[in-house]
Amino acid sequence: MKAFITVIGRDRIGIIAEISAALAENRINILDINQTVMAETFTMIMMVDISLSEKPFSELQTLLDELGEQLKLSIQIQHEDIFNSMHRI
Amino acid sequence: MLLPQEILETQRMIRDQHLDIRTITMGISLRDCCHPDPDECCRLIYNKITALAANLVDVAQEISFKYGIPIINKRIAVTPIALVAESCRLDSYLPLAQTLDRAAGELGINFIGGFSALVHKGFTRGDRILFNSLPESLAGTQRVCASVNLASTRSGINMDAVAEMGRILKKTAALTGDKNGLGCAKLVVFANAPEDNPFMAGAFHGTGEGESVINVGVSGPGVVAAALRQAEGKDFGVVSETIKKAAFKITRMGELVAREASARLGVPFGIVDLSLAPTPARGDSVAHILEEMGLERCGAHGSTAALALLNDAVKKGGAMASSYVGGLSGAFIPVSEDAGMIRAAAEGALTLEKLEAMTCVCSVGLDMIALPGDTPASTLAAIIADEAAIGVINNKTTAVRIIPVPGKKVGDMAEFGGLLGRAPVMGVKNYSSETFIARGGRIPAPLNALRN
Repeated sequence: MKAFITVIGRDRIGIIAEISAALAENRINILDINQTVMAETFTMIMMVDISLSEKPFSELQTLLDELGEQLKLSIQIQHEDIFNSMHRI
Repeated sequence: MLLPQEILETQRMIRDQHLDIRTITMGISLRDCCHPDPDECCRLIYNKITALAANLVDVAQEISFKYGIPIINKRIAVTPIALVAESCRLDSYLPLAQTLDRAAGELGINFIGGFSALVHKGFTRGDRILFNSLPESLAGTQRVCASVNLASTRSGINMDAVAEMGRILKKTAALTGDKNGLGCAKLVVFANAPEDNPFMAGAFHGTGEGESVINVGVSGPGVVAAALRQAEGKDFGVVSETIKKAAFKITRMGELVAREASARLGVPFGIVDLSLAPTPARGDSVAHILEEMGLERCGAHGSTAALALLNDAVKKGGAMASSYVGGLSGAFIPVSEDAGMIRAAAEGALTLEKLEAMTCVCSVGLDMIALPGDTPASTLAAIIADEAAIGVINNKTTAVRIIPVPGKKVGDMAEFGGLLGRAPVMGVKNYSSETFIARGGRIPAPLNALRN
């Protein structure tokens, strides 16, 4: 099952490292990363495979909320179907 | 592969533009709950609702997490209670309203609709009892919503029911006078009522529906307003195209959620209702969309044309996005629930007459309008008759949800709280409609009813 993780916030050293570590710990595989920094705002979109993770979406989101709070970033995980249904016919 | 800007666009809609699933509404047939013994009838109703909808709130929560989209309301719509309760030996249907309220409380849902009667051509005994039970039932329950259908293009306007509703609104307002007549906010008076509308207060499970059904209502005035900001100064072809695209995207999301809820609950998917339903929150206003098109205030000349374009473009975009678009689909104009309408009404830009004209082209009707507490019952009835006439002649749904606020005068502010918002009390004509309403009987179906 694929999902998108979006990370938005102020840029600093180590964001990708810390988030990747948290994902690996939860057996989430990163398939693709798109990342830019515009006017000091860090924006990253990751496509991930969560098939091997044993946690339901609600728990993954709570976990990412806590991580986001620590790193002072907004982190959200959403199933890919919401984007496919909205942007692809 | 999805583009980063597409992913960010969806997120902006949800985060900044108040895009949400406004409601997942489960329709439940109560036709097998009829019983001569009132206690047994109530027991059957309570058991059926709580069994079928046991997982509704949990499923909505799971879907909300999966897609990262807020699902604001979880609701239930049932068979019009007059049809079910008629089998009981009762003089008041208050016990049934209390049963519905108790079931809604047990399930943790926001509202339960269907304390209703369909009287567009005439009354049965049960319809009369339901009418008489409305004031005390609306005052005596928290989550129960009521509606009546008293006119249709095929049958004309039941003017006896219209006259009665004027008196019922007065009684309901008086019984809930300590809350600014809040009971009337839970009562919708329809012409051509849809049987699959998921929005409150007018949702009920129609007689042509199956055993149970999932209907989803999506909203998003903020998304449309934001899209229109990109079309500043462009002609109306571009405006319409912009609204259609936004409506398409919003409806696709509604369809996704509806299908998933239907599969998880094991209940057939009915329809997606794309209705731009404003909330008092900043940036979630239908009035602001009209103002974005170039009107200084909602209510200015041109508002009816702007709303007609909006309502039509929303339907076109929605119809392309889902095979089963239904309910009311279009734009709502509830005064108290829309920050832009509240301002326009308070400044005098938006009047009852202009709102009536706008209801000819919006998806519903006169909605959440506060009127002076001393408005005569016959004037309230005449307002209902006017609105029903618009619906009947134009083959569309119209509805009236007006609140004669006890003790308030024109210009006072009436607070209803939460999503129901606040409304400045609007003036009505001071000329009497008493003799007109006293005639009673039925206004015949119009010529356009003869279509066979």
